[in-house]
Amino acid sequence: MAQNTEEIIRVENLTKVFGSGKKAVKAVNKINFSIKRGEIVSLVGQSGSGKTTVTRLILRLLKETEGKIIFEGKDVTNIKSEEKKEYWKKVQAIFQDPYASFNIFSPVKKVLLDTFKLFNSSYSKKEKEKLICETLESVNLRPEEVVDKYPFELSGGQRQRIMIARAHLIRPQLLLADEPTSMIDANLRSGILELLLSLRDTDGCTIMFVTHDLGLAYYVSDRIFIMHEGEIVEEGSANKIITAPEHPYTKQLIKDVPKLSEEWLTS
Amino acid sequence: MSIIKLLLKSPKFLIGFGLFVFLLLTAFIYPAVSTKDPLDMVGFMYEPPSSTFLLGTDNFGRDVFVELIHGMKSSIIIGLFSGLIATAIGITIGLFAGYKGGMVDNILNSITNIFLVIPPFVILILITVSIESRSLLTMGLVLGITSWPWTARAVRAQSLSLRNREHVDIARLNGASTFEIIVKEIMPYILSYIFMAFIIQVASAILSEAGISMLGLGPSNIVSLGTMLSWALLFGAVRSGAWWAFIPPTLVIALITFSLYIMNTGMDEVFNPQLRS
Repeated sequence: MAQNTEEIIRVENLTKVFGSGKKAVKAVNKINFSIKRGEIVSLVGQSGSGKTTVTRLILRLLKETEGKIIFEGKDVTNIKSEEKKEYWKKVQAIFQDPYASFNIFSPVKKVLLDTFKLFNSSYSKKEKEKLICETLESVNLRPEEVVDKYPFELSGGQRQRIMIARAHLIRPQLLLADEPTSMIDANLRSGILELLLSLRDTDGCTIMFVTHDLGLAYYVSDRIFIMHEGEIVEEGSANKIITAPEHPYTKQLIKDVPKLSEEWLTS
Repeated sequence: MSIIKLLLKSPKFLIGFGLFVFLLLTAFIYPAVSTKDPLDMVGFMYEPPSSTFLLGTDNFGRDVFVELIHGMKSSIIIGLFSGLIATAIGITIGLFAGYKGGMVDNILNSITNIFLVIPPFVILILITVSIESRSLLTMGLVLGITSWPWTARAVRAQSLSLRNREHVDIARLNGASTFEIIVKEIMPYILSYIFMAFIIQVASAILSEAGISMLGLGPSNIVSLGTMLSWALLFGAVRSGAWWAFIPPTLVIALITFSLYIMNTGMDEVFNPQLRS
């Protein structure tokens, strides 16, 4: 494992309130955590627990109400457009719905070509296309079969592979994967997960999975954060969270995963 | 190139486009080659269609056919010009308000609401009485700047729902600018809607112009489909059974709207890859 002790990102007292006055909703409430370079962590919680808001805050797609995000030792909370571009070279995401992640008016090639905007690169069009083909091959897709296709002509699995190819093309330091397999057929999930996990080995990428599925989190991560009603109620190594949960909500989550609870209750 | 080829293969687009071009050519070529003045009183009141007067005469004894063609030209100019202005203002305000949200949205939305609550007809009358020479283009301009709020509101609602889509997030993560996102990620999704709003604006501008003309505030000394309908209504064409005074202009308004509408349906099927068969 490429994991070391250097911290890649730290979140301090991060809070996000939507609306104001009586209608105010605290989606994220003073959360703190840090992730080490090369680590794979999972943020686990049910729908509405605020985990997607955390992702969007880290990605700087949303402005926080309070708190700080420190990335590679630098406060990125108030970065502006050009700095954001630099930030997005290092922090990228894969979203839940592989269909909604595509502009339906753009074929695959255009979607992948757009990522070069991040790099004021001197690549020629041919070089870009070559890179795209290589990347598509690395996610087990045949470039000639998919590059000219529109998103609705592809399967869910193919679409998510293309999104992974997009991330692979950018080679970010930190990848936030927001429920990347929840809308994929069960039989294709492990393939997608393996590809995602391989990004750590090939690109040295740190990965934060955001999921409601504790079972999946256990299998893929080094550490797990449990999120409930906007707060991180428990954190620890994947093993510790499953074998010795402390918070009642974590215990409830483990109960809801039949296989895991059976396995651990009987052992 | 391939889009144009696809458009040319769409029967709906071809029918709509063909009809619109036909109406446009008739409206612009006939007045250029014919010396007949639509305001000449050449016959008696409400003469039925005959070989001399193809569509009979109106209440002033003017040739309805000649009036119709000249009226079509004026109405198309007013309608298209006003539609373009209203749609341009409406989509600019709607897209920015919806995508930017927050303060920008609050300010733009307040402006839209102010325009919405003042009856457009009142603004129209106030503007038209203060303009001395009312040409076709000034009429189009006046109608355009009073009729954009509905488009702005509808476009804002659409862009509000689109801005949170994941493909918009992906575009932002690619470092795309606000302008690029609006034009490439949001606009294509509502293009058909925008064109639809444009068509409705064109049709309603033609009718609004009729209303304004009825009050005597329309373009001076110009025949339009609206003024023809106003005269027919004022001089009891329906009661006199003079159908030729009001059915032809109504039909032409319907045909202009229909041609644009069916063109839009055809274009939607081509531009939206999901609808391509």
